[in-house]
Amino acid sequence: MPFCLRQDPAVTVYLPIAELSVNIFIILGMGAAVGFLSGMFGVGGGFLITPLLIFYNIPPVVAVATGANQVVASSISGAITHFRRGTLDMKLGTVLLVGGLAGATVGVWIFSWLRRLGQLDLFISILYVVLLGTIGALMLQESVRAMRRAKKNEPLPLKRPGQHNWVHRLPLKMRFKKSKIYLSAIPVVGLGFGIGILTSIMGVGGGFIMVPAMIYLLRIPTNVVVGTSLFQIIFVTAYTTMVQAATNYSVDIVLATILMVAGVIGAQYGVRAGQKLRGEQLRALLALLVLAVGIRLAIGLIVTPDDIYSVAVGGMGY
Amino acid sequence: MRRFLLTLLLLAALASPGFVSTAGAQVPFGEASTVKEGLEIGASTSEIAITSDFRGADLTIFGALTNADELFLAIGQYDVVVTLEGPKDYATVRRKERVFGIWMNTDSMTFEQVPESYSLASTRLIDSIDEAPSLNNIGVGIDHLPLNPVGYIPNSGSIGEFRNAYRRLKLSNGLYQRDTSGVRFVSSSLFRASLKLPANIPDGMHMVRAYLFKSGQLINQKEMPLRVVKTGIEQAITDAAHEQPIQYGMLCVLIAVITGWGASLIFRRD
Repeated sequence: MPFCLRQDPAVTVYLPIAELSVNIFIILGMGAAVGFLSGMFGVGGGFLITPLLIFYNIPPVVAVATGANQVVASSISGAITHFRRGTLDMKLGTVLLVGGLAGATVGVWIFSWLRRLGQLDLFISILYVVLLGTIGALMLQESVRAMRRAKKNEPLPLKRPGQHNWVHRLPLKMRFKKSKIYLSAIPVVGLGFGIGILTSIMGVGGGFIMVPAMIYLLRIPTNVVVGTSLFQIIFVTAYTTMVQAATNYSVDIVLATILMVAGVIGAQYGVRAGQKLRGEQLRALLALLVLAVGIRLAIGLIVTPDDIYSVAVGGMGY
Repeated sequence: MRRFLLTLLLLAALASPGFVSTAGAQVPFGEASTVKEGLEIGASTSEIAITSDFRGADLTIFGALTNADELFLAIGQYDVVVTLEGPKDYATVRRKERVFGIWMNTDSMTFEQVPESYSLASTRLIDSIDEAPSLNNIGVGIDHLPLNPVGYIPNSGSIGEFRNAYRRLKLSNGLYQRDTSGVRFVSSSLFRASLKLPANIPDGMHMVRAYLFKSGQLINQKEMPLRVVKTGIEQAITDAAHEQPIQYGMLCVLIAVITGWGASLIFRRD
């Protein structure tokens, strides 16, 4: 137990679904810190909140479902801002959403199946290690390169949209007016589907994968990407929350509320801090944090557990 | 309340004809008593309401022996075991193994209908009261609870390991408890059993069982249901999550929408 504190009744709050008492200030702090980072970097924060909850002994089943619920709140404020600015493509978002809802349904089904097999915790950890390791390494590489460039006073290399790739040769093309793009619906639905699966298994919004994929793979103009991805994330995470609540009974409303309130407040300060500070160094810091969380999870997989046996109420149908 | 109950039981025991006969007329030595010993138990309540901040407590059960043989009593030949069995359910034990450097669950065993919690109080170590096979037969004691695996078990040698692991895990998380001096005779025929209720006691119908042993033979047993009800807002939330999951999920989403929307209204800067 990394955070082993003496239980003081004044600061503990009982989480009815996770079935344990936690220190309310640690949960508030976690929510505020992740909210701050998500405001600063424009990410949803689900990929940080879920592992942090797992480190704090919240059962992974509850951490994932509650994480998805928390992402609903953090994406809404962002999506509203983008909607006001007109940087949200509803049509593109809706096509993404079709794939996202299907993916989330399949994801919850996989989630329940892994839980029955007793492999859910392992699977969540492995996915996080792979994902956080990859994202962290890529971000670190990118920010180090940017810092070097800033040192040498080199201008940013001009981004070339390049030739149309295989994605643009697919059939079922649709016109997305706001994004000013003519694109096949297949890769859009496919991307939504993949992210939907991740939402239900990992409790993340998936913006950190969707945004680069939309920019580099689908070549959607950068200005509408963030708003549109946030739009679809709201509905996929809301849907995942509902399905998780209905099938696994694993959404903890008390935990989610504390995280959400702390998160949205933290995010406001994060946005302000992010505007004042240097981008590359911040990205390098976030990359290191992401890598640290990934390494911590990887250690948990490799280190010999205290007890190789575990007991769960219920039979194989659990 | 406890004192009142004790007095009540004492009066009941005194008033019972058996008690009077054994107290009044001395049973001749060597002659087996033809009257069977009786066992009565009582608790101050048949329902325990616990709140979410419940940190565990002791439950006191009072009991009386009737028709007890004075001589056997004097030389401590009567032993009492009192247990509190929680609601029964299947339990799955999983074992991890290292696969390609990663620890993962590779083996599992599900046991049929075992109590989720089990608290035992006895006059002395139960294994010194009776022989193991006979205790297994009665199913009293943490080491003697029937643990029958569900389905076909190809490797029968591992059953013992899984059973031991189950008992060890249940003892370590406090759901299974034993107190080998938890039953004390307050007079020659009245006893008081202190059962430990763990903080994580499951709610539902529990069963108090009392067993009377005479010279290592089970001669009488009694049982009494005890309902454990969790109360408070936290339990209402748990009930809602299980009984109306769709509405519960909708409420979770609604809270998220209000929080997110509210934040964008409050902190709006344009």
